[in-house]
Amino acid sequence: MQQALFALSTIIIGVFGCVAYFYFSNLLLDRMCPAKGPNAGRNINRANAIRPWLFVFPALAILSIYLLYPVFSTAYLSLHDSGGDFIGVGNYTWLAQDEKFRESLVNNLMWLLVVPAASTFFGLVAAGLTDRIKWGQLAQSLVFMPMAISFVGAAVIWKFIYDYRGDNQGEQIGLLNALVQAFGGDPQAWITLPFWNNFFLMAILIWIQTGFAMVILSAALKGISEETIEAAYLDGASPLQVFFKIKIPQIWGTIAVVWTTITVTVLKVFDIVFAMTNGQWGTQVLANLMYDWMFRGSPDFGRGSAIVVVIMLLVTPVMVWNIYNAHKESR
Amino acid sequence: MDMAGGKSRLTWAVNLSAALLVLLWIIPTVGLLISSFRDRDAISTSGWWTALSASEKNVIERALAPGEAKPEGDLWVIEGQVLEGQGVTVTAFGITSKEPVAFTPGDTATHARGHKITVQSDGRYRIEYAEEPSGSRGQRLFVRAETPPGFTLDNYREVLFAEGMGRSLLNTLTVTIPATIIPVLVAAFAAYALAWMEMPGRALLVAAVVGLLVVPLQVAFIPLLKLHIGIGLGKGYLGIWLAHTGFGLPLAVFLLRNYMVGLPGEIIESARVDGATDFQIFRRIILPLSFPALASFAIFQFLWVWNDLLVAKVFLGTGEDQVVMTGRIVDLLGSRGGDWEILAASAFVSIAVPIFVFFSLQRYLVRGLLAGSVKGG
Repeated sequence: MQQALFALSTIIIGVFGCVAYFYFSNLLLDRMCPAKGPNAGRNINRANAIRPWLFVFPALAILSIYLLYPVFSTAYLSLHDSGGDFIGVGNYTWLAQDEKFRESLVNNLMWLLVVPAASTFFGLVAAGLTDRIKWGQLAQSLVFMPMAISFVGAAVIWKFIYDYRGDNQGEQIGLLNALVQAFGGDPQAWITLPFWNNFFLMAILIWIQTGFAMVILSAALKGISEETIEAAYLDGASPLQVFFKIKIPQIWGTIAVVWTTITVTVLKVFDIVFAMTNGQWGTQVLANLMYDWMFRGSPDFGRGSAIVVVIMLLVTPVMVWNIYNAHKESR
Repeated sequence: MDMAGGKSRLTWAVNLSAALLVLLWIIPTVGLLISSFRDRDAISTSGWWTALSASEKNVIERALAPGEAKPEGDLWVIEGQVLEGQGVTVTAFGITSKEPVAFTPGDTATHARGHKITVQSDGRYRIEYAEEPSGSRGQRLFVRAETPPGFTLDNYREVLFAEGMGRSLLNTLTVTIPATIIPVLVAAFAAYALAWMEMPGRALLVAAVVGLLVVPLQVAFIPLLKLHIGIGLGKGYLGIWLAHTGFGLPLAVFLLRNYMVGLPGEIIESARVDGATDFQIFRRIILPLSFPALASFAIFQFLWVWNDLLVAKVFLGTGEDQVVMTGRIVDLLGSRGGDWEILAASAFVSIAVPIFVFFSLQRYLVRGLLAGSVKGG
């Protein structure tokens, strides 16, 4: 009960503090520059000049402190060692030679090749199928649902699929191993299987992102003009031909946006790896490596920052392109 | 071949493939849901897909002490019940660890010391001694029993009240509600100013906000943690609210401004002519009209904050009063990886709220996601 009260009061203070700022700052401005009396005209002008800044001030302040300042600070920190001494590009030359960093980079690249492609592909298939059936809405909801589940929740869900029981530990309770056994194969410890375990982690993200791809691609498919499709049917095209030769070419732009959006997510993937393996057995990725350097026994903020800079450099071009496209689409 | 036949066959194929795909996509979640209602033994000895059939378990119990034997004719007899009150069916039993399932119920096993043991399928056992036995250690009985399928709410009870998940649920709410409302409020005011108020450098500010969309939030961790500790804010709720607000703001401002720019200018102009102040216009006209955009951002931000692990790990402490659900589940995964029933129930508690929000507000979510596709986080 006491906990609930504490939570409630912190919530109220936080939210009301924010509302109070806007309300009282406006009130104060109205008081200081009243729109009547001898100086009404000048006061109105003055209030009009100040009020926009009252409105944007909290947003600007928070953005500057929480996003703008860190960009420069991180760049600065990445040129210093754990003790705070300037070492130039020392952290970057260390990165270039670090075994774990290379592993992370290679893994991130693999994620980058597989996850966006697979998610977009499955999303396209799902969109194409659900567009043509009566219960399409329901089907879409169900495929889309994993999107609402946290990566951590998803990790637990998939643990029940990848679980492995050794020889004398009884029946397999992981779905995948049970299936493998049913088809006469040998159960495997999927999560520790070198190299391939990366793909089993990727499956989780694909499972989550497919719904996203499907919803957006489905909206695009609905936007295709009926005429082109009917014309193709009249010319004797089969449904498959229509899908691949008429529909898909018309939604290339959306496919690209979906693809790049998932790419950005993949570049920053953290929770799944952290929860499933914490980077062991050759599954390390950049975001988790950075977290590791930041919170290990003796943290090295310099190296951590250098890894962040690498992530930022990888993400930025994709994001720029993505925003440009999203902007174009929304027009 | 007639067209109709081909068409209906295609419809069948499409329906079937869609069903297959949907099945494939929901099976993992269904597995978790079913597992979370199964008891500990059932989870760790059989797959969740067997939950509707009976499960087997092996147990060792000790019979009553030989000293309790009662005379019956010229024998000394102990009678009792194994697995009392569990409604199980014994399928096999044994008296040595080497051969734990050597006998079928109703058979009589003869111990090396000469006494005879019988276990019935309902769990009743009878041990017959030729002479009066002594001692306080009862005969060991190895029993394989079949449990009828059963579901229990015990896991949820334990998780919510004994494992601290209830506390974490509160912590998550404490993080999520302000971290959703504050950015919506802050962004709505800023978006209105950037869309409809005359101010110098407006275009530049809009460009800057869009530019900040590209910043990955990992960038912020080290500098902000240092800053928070430096100014005495430390790790706590205020810090994480501000952090989530900061990370959500570029998207919120971008999204809301785009929406507000599209609102009809005549309404705003006529309100101004009628003498309404900007604050009044904002509250009475802009907020109600922008509801769809506000809702879609709010839902997106809610899901994002609720499901977040990384930001919470960085900006919150590790004390009982600050561990959020995702953080606790990760701890459970590490320390109690074998406690499947706890894990399953915990995970389901944490995903129940987002799933509910998802199904009830899906309409707005789609729009939020479309726009959220450019979120830097």
